[in-house]
Amino acid sequence: MSGSIMIGVDVGGTFTDIFVLDPTTGKAEVAKVPTSRPDQSAGFLAGIGQRVADLGTVATVVHGTTAGTNALLERKGARIGVITTQGFRDVLEMRRRDRPRTWGLRGDFTPVVSRDLRLEVPERTLADGTIHTAVDLDAVRAAARTLIDQGCLAVAVLFVNSYANPANEQAAVAALREVWPNPHVASSSEILPEIREFERFSTTALNAYLQPEVSGYLGRLETALKGQGFGGEFLIVQSNGGVMAVDTACRLPVRTALSGPAAGVIAAAYIAQTAGFPDIITGDMGGTSFDVALIAGGQAALAAQTSIDFGMVVRVPMIEITTIGAGGGSIAWVDKGGLLNIGPESAGSDPGPVAYGRGNTRPTVTDANIVLGRIDPDRPIGGGKLDVAAARTAIDTHIGAPLGLATEAAAEAIIRVANSRMAGAIRLVSIERGHDPKHFAFMPFGGGGALHAGAMLAEVGLSRAIVPRYPGVTSAMGCVIADMRADFVQTVNTLTSAADGTAMAALIADHVAQGQAMLDAAGGAFAARVVTVELDMAYVGQTHTVSVPLPVTITGNTVTPPTPQDIAVAFDAAYLRVYSRLLPGGVSRVLNLRTAVIGERPKFDLATLAPTTTGPVTPRTTRRVHMGGDWCEAAIYDRLALPIGTRIDGPAVLEQPDTTILVEPGLTGMVDSYGNVILTRTGAA
Amino acid sequence: MIDPITLAVLSGRMEQIADEMDATLFRSAFNPIIAEAHDASHGLYHAATGDTLVQGKSGLPIFVGVMAFAVKAVIDKAARDGDLADGDVYIFNDAHIGGTHLSDMRLVRPFYHDGKLFCYLASVGHWHDVGGAVPGNYNPQATEVFQEAFVLPPVKVMRGGVVQQDVIDIILRNTRLPASAQGDLNGQLGALDLGVRRLDALLAEYGAETVRDALDALSDRAETLIRAEVAALPDGRWEATDYLDNDGITDTPLPITVALEVSGDRLSLDFTGTAPATAGPVNISKGTAIAAVYVAIKHIFPNLPANAGVMRPLTITIPDRSLLAAEFPAPTGGYTETILRMIDVIFSAMAQAAPDLVVANAYGTINALSLAGYRRDGRRWVMFSFYGGGHGGSLEGDGLNHGNAPISTATIPPVEILEAAYPVMFRQWALRPDSAGAGTHRGGLGAIYEIELLEQSAEVFLFGERGRHAPKGAAGGEEAALNRFSYSQGEDWAEPSMVSKGVGMRLKRGDAVRLETPGGGGYGPAPARDPVAVARDVALGLVSSEAADKAYGHDWRRADLGAKA
Repeated sequence: MSGSIMIGVDVGGTFTDIFVLDPTTGKAEVAKVPTSRPDQSAGFLAGIGQRVADLGTVATVVHGTTAGTNALLERKGARIGVITTQGFRDVLEMRRRDRPRTWGLRGDFTPVVSRDLRLEVPERTLADGTIHTAVDLDAVRAAARTLIDQGCLAVAVLFVNSYANPANEQAAVAALREVWPNPHVASSSEILPEIREFERFSTTALNAYLQPEVSGYLGRLETALKGQGFGGEFLIVQSNGGVMAVDTACRLPVRTALSGPAAGVIAAAYIAQTAGFPDIITGDMGGTSFDVALIAGGQAALAAQTSIDFGMVVRVPMIEITTIGAGGGSIAWVDKGGLLNIGPESAGSDPGPVAYGRGNTRPTVTDANIVLGRIDPDRPIGGGKLDVAAARTAIDTHIGAPLGLATEAAAEAIIRVANSRMAGAIRLVSIERGHDPKHFAFMPFGGGGALHAGAMLAEVGLSRAIVPRYPGVTSAMGCVIADMRADFVQTVNTLTSAADGTAMAALIADHVAQGQAMLDAAGGAFAARVVTVELDMAYVGQTHTVSVPLPVTITGNTVTPPTPQDIAVAFDAAYLRVYSRLLPGGVSRVLNLRTAVIGERPKFDLATLAPTTTGPVTPRTTRRVHMGGDWCEAAIYDRLALPIGTRIDGPAVLEQPDTTILVEPGLTGMVDSYGNVILTRTGAA
Repeated sequence: MIDPITLAVLSGRMEQIADEMDATLFRSAFNPIIAEAHDASHGLYHAATGDTLVQGKSGLPIFVGVMAFAVKAVIDKAARDGDLADGDVYIFNDAHIGGTHLSDMRLVRPFYHDGKLFCYLASVGHWHDVGGAVPGNYNPQATEVFQEAFVLPPVKVMRGGVVQQDVIDIILRNTRLPASAQGDLNGQLGALDLGVRRLDALLAEYGAETVRDALDALSDRAETLIRAEVAALPDGRWEATDYLDNDGITDTPLPITVALEVSGDRLSLDFTGTAPATAGPVNISKGTAIAAVYVAIKHIFPNLPANAGVMRPLTITIPDRSLLAAEFPAPTGGYTETILRMIDVIFSAMAQAAPDLVVANAYGTINALSLAGYRRDGRRWVMFSFYGGGHGGSLEGDGLNHGNAPISTATIPPVEILEAAYPVMFRQWALRPDSAGAGTHRGGLGAIYEIELLEQSAEVFLFGERGRHAPKGAAGGEEAALNRFSYSQGEDWAEPSMVSKGVGMRLKRGDAVRLETPGGGGYGPAPARDPVAVARDVALGLVSSEAADKAYGHDWRRADLGAKA
């Protein structure tokens, strides 16, 4: 190990954010450079270069990437082939017999592997793991030759029931490795040994689809870093908020599908917990969407799967992020029934809001904020000047006239309906999941969220809002904070009463050994290593499972086998927590076993980011801002210059290069000892 | 008059309440038809008329229109008995007064605010088994409801907040799967509890008056919206007729006819000419028929809200004693097939008026297929599922391959879940080549499912349609392939005498059933299809070269597949 500096890099659509931490001095620095295209590695290296002269002093580089997400959304993965069980070539195309939208019956679906590149071979495994037909390896080799001739860069082996017995898939993979010209060969039982063929096949195929692209990108980055003298560990953020070694990411790129947003949520959890608020709801307001995540007791909720797009299912553990189409660029419109709507259509960041003057003429949420004076038209994020008159005209034409409202009233109406939709998303992740919003703080990040924080307190009844000191680089900071994490799953499909504790213990021991080896190989120092085991369980007849934490004793490499009684007790406790009543006499079963091996990384002291200014606070200027139903003369402060302990009562606006904080009348903003701004109802704190 | 901004906010808040009730039941339900297939629905209904005020977005589309009839049945019952009280919950499955079929258990709860009735909350879900002659209740040979299921009229399962265990005991004694029924009942009661809590909070925040004003304004807005859509259509009268194969008892085709008339901002739909009520179970109640019209209209104008205001400018004529207005005790178990055909004829008529707005017919049958038997250890097993098919082509593009029915949002269980639970092995789970209707934009493809029995013996039950009358194209597009079902008997394959309907077909180990479902109809004339798209379909094996030549001519043979389709 050559140095001690840690660097987090988050590459977003517009900017690449760099967070540099020197743990020996506690000094942290941030940098923001434009994202380079099409190869993001140039911006990546340029950003690091702005803050670190000698890469030889760097111990760790952690990367949150959208390379995988973008390749999926834009359908820019590799040409790949599939070899599958006879009779099942169309599973990827048939999905689970769903449709894109409930109403209208329009829209079709094109899978990432076209039908002529999905080849069948004789083989069959039954649900109990019995091999009904051994795999025909000559047919596998012939299929491989066809796919190679067709220019496929990766191949996925997708056999029915391979979760129950991977032997046929393993034999096929071994045969393929002899003839396939690169390492991009994978089977569904390696990637996700879990029952449900569409979800397993889709995850495996999307992994193969991403592999050439993502491993090429990460390989170029690693080579470039090494070329500049970097000798430390290079880690990638996974969708579950943990990090993995770069070689694991190259093998399992599908685990990076939500890498960037996950890092942001991890940082938010850490910042809030340090500030004394373990229960928060994060809100990331971007150009087209508002992304919400819930963190209870410092832990982000995890979801088992997501759809990147219609029919593109990825089943890997990931931080549960709920997205609604209400971002700064979302378009406001009045329907034929006279009702004001926001989105889902969006002007995005290009052409962007009307005030950007790039050709959009329909009003957006940001235009409403501009018309109400909440965003300074002379100093917007990203520079330039804004065309307020054009924004007013758009709001008059599209909202004011049909609803009979004056300009300001129409702009306020847009904000109110947008706030209501954002509040709906927060209710969805809190109230609808049994969490009382009174106990939660709201943490906005991204550029626009802090303009709406006060409204979230009022609409949902959240206790307070925390605006982190650098909301624009939260994801890059999260890269440095995230723990290393390896997840494993295996379908066991047994009645609880018949559960084989010894077999389960062996499975857990195997998962733990693999996970520990991954931690060892990463070469980093860990503050602690933690193993968690969960079972997906349900009553017989139910199809939705409950996640049941299973307490297990692990001594060295030995796992004490759980008894059916242990499992039954754990199930009752988990089921009661979720549904508040058990089924008397109900028979329960275990579907899947999940193990997570977590290497906790040393945390850094957020106080090192705190402001060092002292003395009296004076507004930089004042500006007319429309708040609380009327224009008022609001004090404008330079947020980063505010000393610890500053209290500012609304109406006021706190500005910094990457965000604007609105302190509405009736709210008070306070700078805490870490430099966060805490917004509460005046007199409440 | 409520201000438009508060209205927009309250509209979202109330939709969220109904959505949350849906989500609660989906997660806690004990049977996969609710949990996976989402065959359930929740909403808020008018205190005096039962009209739909707000309904969840994730429930089954057909319930959006039909639940109003269920709530009205409870309103009538309470008026007769004169004992409606806060904390009451009614339960019933009687399809002749509540719509759909007997498998759908409806729970209706009056919601009181400050001691006054404010509105009704309701929950409906498809239970796994409600007695009758056939497990799962799809009995194509039923001639009376009594052969389909036990019939429960509206009775109180909760009285002033107290559970009526006697009623529950009667219900549980009349189902083959009491644990599943108890679990679903708990889930539905839980969803109603949740709705009451959320509505209490909303009224506390905004006041009853404001919420009531919002509900009135939302109905008016729904009416304004549909009038604006209808006014944009040309005036005129268009007709369409299609056929059900048979009623499962007598093998005679059954016409379903609609005359659609646009006059200014009013729309009338007249089903005169439709076949009379039948002995077999393809009948539906008038309420179900009206709900089916609503589903078709909402597919044509997807932005319309789930609100009874949409129905105000519609005149719907359902002839008495037709199979669209069946009376007790005519059987209604196969209601899905009849309403799918109603939607098809409405689409076909509307396609003549405004071809841009309409998609060609979807596959048009749910194919309720059961395999049932006993395991070696004597345990009974019933594998029951609905199967998919293709959607119709549209102005925008080709139809979706292997979609769910327009009346449903159900997903299909994975092969691996079915094989793990039942003694079967799927030999094939594939798209069905040449099943889609040709067109400028062709239909989506149907599917082939071939299922082999691994146990000693089993019986097969099928309730399907479209075996004799194929899904139609639109705007000059062609029709799709017919539904086809066969089952093997050793070396030979047999087909049921009622084409896509049959009971008690016997299989031995190694025998199989084979279901080949229709695709969707094509949109626009086939010869106008891009030859590159045709060549690609042939290269991918979705269309055979013979079928391509016949429908599209020979240009595709010279098309350059390197070009973009």
